[in-house]
Amino acid sequence: MSQELSRRTLLRLGAVAGAGVLVGGCDIGGGAKSGEQGSGEGKVTALFMQQAGYSEADIRAMTADFVAAHPKVQVEPTFVAYEALHDKIVAAAPAGTYDVVLIDVIWPAEFGSKKIVTDVTGQFPAAWKTDMLGGALATAEYQSKFYGVPWILDTKYFFYNTEMLGKAGVDAASLSTWDGVLAAAKTLRDKKVIDHPLLWSWKQAEALICDYTQLLGAYGGKFLSDDGKSVAFDTGGGLQALEVMKRTLDEGLSNPNSMESLEDDVRKVFSEGGAAMALNWTFMFAAANDPAQSKVAGKVAAQQTPAGPSGAPGCNGSMALSVTSGSKNQKAAWEYITYLTSAPVQNKYAKSSLPCWAASYSDSQVIATSPQMVAVAKKGLASLIARPQVPRYNEISQILQVEVQKALLGSKTPKQALADAANQARSLLS
Amino acid sequence: MRLPGLTRRPAPRVRGAGLAFLLLLPAALVVFGVVLYPAGRALVISFYDVDSPFPGEYPFRGLANYVDILRSSRFWTAAGHTAYFTVVSTVAELVLGVGLALLLAAPLRFRWLFRAVVILPWALPTIVNGAMWRWILNAEYGVLNALLTQLHLQESYRSWLGTNPFLALNMVIVADVWKNTSLAAFFLLAGLQTIPAEIREAARVDGAGPVRAFLTITLPMLRPTIAVVLVLRTIEAFKVFDIIYVMTGGGPANGTQTVTFLTYLQAFSAQRFSYGAALAYLTVLAILVLAMLYLRLLRQSEMRAI
Amino acid sequence: MKPSRGYRVLIHAAALVAMVVILAPFLWLAYSSVVGQTDLLSRPMHWWPGRFTLTRYREIFAGQDVSVARQFRSALVNSMLVATGTVAVSLSVGVLGGYALARLRFPLRRTTLLSFLVTYMLPPIALLIPLYLLLSRVHLLDTRIGLVVVYCSLATPFSLWTMSNFFGVLPVDLEEAARVDGCSRLGALVRVILPLSRPGILATALFAFLLCWDEFLYALIFTSTSDSKTIPVAIAEFTGRNAVDFGLIAAAGVLAALPPMFITLVFQRNLVEGLSAGAVKA
Repeated sequence: MSQELSRRTLLRLGAVAGAGVLVGGCDIGGGAKSGEQGSGEGKVTALFMQQAGYSEADIRAMTADFVAAHPKVQVEPTFVAYEALHDKIVAAAPAGTYDVVLIDVIWPAEFGSKKIVTDVTGQFPAAWKTDMLGGALATAEYQSKFYGVPWILDTKYFFYNTEMLGKAGVDAASLSTWDGVLAAAKTLRDKKVIDHPLLWSWKQAEALICDYTQLLGAYGGKFLSDDGKSVAFDTGGGLQALEVMKRTLDEGLSNPNSMESLEDDVRKVFSEGGAAMALNWTFMFAAANDPAQSKVAGKVAAQQTPAGPSGAPGCNGSMALSVTSGSKNQKAAWEYITYLTSAPVQNKYAKSSLPCWAASYSDSQVIATSPQMVAVAKKGLASLIARPQVPRYNEISQILQVEVQKALLGSKTPKQALADAANQARSLLS
Repeated sequence: MRLPGLTRRPAPRVRGAGLAFLLLLPAALVVFGVVLYPAGRALVISFYDVDSPFPGEYPFRGLANYVDILRSSRFWTAAGHTAYFTVVSTVAELVLGVGLALLLAAPLRFRWLFRAVVILPWALPTIVNGAMWRWILNAEYGVLNALLTQLHLQESYRSWLGTNPFLALNMVIVADVWKNTSLAAFFLLAGLQTIPAEIREAARVDGAGPVRAFLTITLPMLRPTIAVVLVLRTIEAFKVFDIIYVMTGGGPANGTQTVTFLTYLQAFSAQRFSYGAALAYLTVLAILVLAMLYLRLLRQSEMRAI
Repeated sequence: MKPSRGYRVLIHAAALVAMVVILAPFLWLAYSSVVGQTDLLSRPMHWWPGRFTLTRYREIFAGQDVSVARQFRSALVNSMLVATGTVAVSLSVGVLGGYALARLRFPLRRTTLLSFLVTYMLPPIALLIPLYLLLSRVHLLDTRIGLVVVYCSLATPFSLWTMSNFFGVLPVDLEEAARVDGCSRLGALVRVILPLSRPGILATALFAFLLCWDEFLYALIFTSTSDSKTIPVAIAEFTGRNAVDFGLIAAAGVLAALPPMFITLVFQRNLVEGLSAGAVKA
């Protein structure tokens, strides 16, 4: 064999690699950032997600209405799972496959700074800045520029099982603070109503950061220092939030299986009566109250996220529609986005996703979709906390996920874990 | 007992550069026509600092990406997981695969049924396999918990994928072995079937028992196939991605993060394309070395498989 | 010579154990696809379900939700076509090239094979973006042809390698006898070598087919509509959706496993024939 892998063989292999380098060295000329305004007519390809929020049927119906009103524009909506959305946008960017893409609230910094989506500040009507809810507005904003138009608005609410609370004699009003929630959880457990009253989505995924964000906000923590140049989650409220999370596990108040749960797992277990209280997105209200898929239908109430010493900010989990930099038809793309995000269209489909417009929350058509949830949402959406708006957010999030999990699994103290996370994250801020 | 042609495969005797070129040309077009540009591009990129998907001017870093990787503890943790995953799953798949292949070739009464059953896991897409095992191992409703609890083998339901990183890694291996042993088995079966019956017959006439016949005839004759399966499974195990993507997403606490998963996170989520490309080429290097090592151990050199 | 009774009992027992281990997880998947949601989530588990239901299969094939049904059906067709196309191409070029590697002496033989194999060792993630650009340039994004082209580049190195290995263990004498009888080199390949290496060809074909059936990452990124989305992508989208019950994924999984199983069952008869053919002549 030694003579098999002789120097000659390797040299020849190197020659093949060299050929590869020669070919690979030349760019095949990407349509990089070479987008065009276009005539405002022609074809628009859009990328949506196939998940909560507006359904594929909703989006197709909206699109049909848009095309009917704009006969010279053809729109091709395509759908992927949320998990694939980011990667798809990135891979398609140089080729300019999509004109319109749906982006998550954590991406404007990344996509904006890398010029994957266009800066639409110039086209953004001044009235929108006052008519949209504050939390919504921040969804596509990075360094005072807008990289899209908010479309799907969401935050995590606090859900509880009214029957279990009743059995334990816990007053629902006490759940307005995290202290109250922890006390209620103790009561529920001590009265043997349920083994582990609390359930979370703490799997190693973005979901974990959303839960953490909500607690961090309540305890007055900050992800970054005010100038955005250094990390701040490793002290104060950020540390307290993680200590609270860890304590609920140690005291058996939180279900240990939270560590492998995503939001839909939480929904499933809660709907089966396996949890008394949980944080989750809006979709859980309808799902857990649907007798066809829930054993606790009619016993589910939702409220704004509980308050800590520093208030009750919800994690901003919204999404926005953006025009891509590679689009050859940016004018028509903008028209399409303007239509989809307009108040009348959002009000019409409020049953699927709550509108971004402040006025919509007093619209009878919107309120009728779910009176209880709309009332809660109106409060919850008034105060939102954002995850760090930095280009390398994804990396920071990955680091945090791992270190937070290490603390929760007990292999590090919360203090140590956050200090380690801060050390790794610091270099990613520059 | 000496069987000509058994231990040594003759080197090709026929010269034929022109014909060989013609015969290999279609394959070369099919493969390199597609791969050469992306692979070359990735190699070039690995020496730069490319942080967006667009072509264009980026700072040249030379070997700095490779150095950074080799200095990063995150890489070595992931490499440890990859090594563990590769060794355990490949060995398990090979050993179980040889056993299954022998059974597949054995005179079973319900042979057709047995073959259909053995092929089944291979036919199940990895995405489904991962979802299936996640469901079986579910901490709240999983059938494994139900079974073990009702048989009093464990006291209460437990988490298999969430609270113990090492356990989670092993559970991912179980899912991988369940699926991929059947591939190994069928390749080895095909290998068994190329062993001329008269050679096995000769062994019987010699009075060799089944164990001795297996060790002295079947196993040596299976060597080329074992080499194929080993290299194939090693490459696949090194590149393992889908099942981790579906089952654990790299968690808990990075306990199931392998090098390819790290590559994915770096190249896509983080848009550190150069770093990702360098990771990919380090993976290739590692596989190449391993493949060579295997072939050497199997004395494949005499049989010139490569 | 008849195998002993003890040996027969032993192999049957071993086969039975193997079958149970292999079947149990799959049966659980099938079971999950036909019992009600409440049974799926019962705790403690009662092993005999309260309700059997085929609604999930009905939903996939004739559901009200047009998108699910249509997408799944078109994904089945896409996967079938892409896999078949890939098998045809990669096997033909693999047989030709594999023969050259096994039987002919020429400069750079090892290097050639090695460079093919190296392409297979590259993790797909590294190639995604340049490949995406390449496909976009030649307008093959979101097409089945585009997937066939990409998958052929994945399957061919191994069909080359495995074919050259299978050819390599066949005795050279047979082929030479045919040559003496007046066959050309290619004639000998078609008439003597190919029939003898049927098990190898079938194993390789099966490998290529299932590789396509299984491939996820490229398909995820290179397809975007039902024109080309394959089974794994369709299933991942099922799973990705919030508020979906596992039974639906299970049903989709069972359906996705059926075509390759069917093909294998057909093929495996040939595998057995291949054995006897090889045994008689060799």
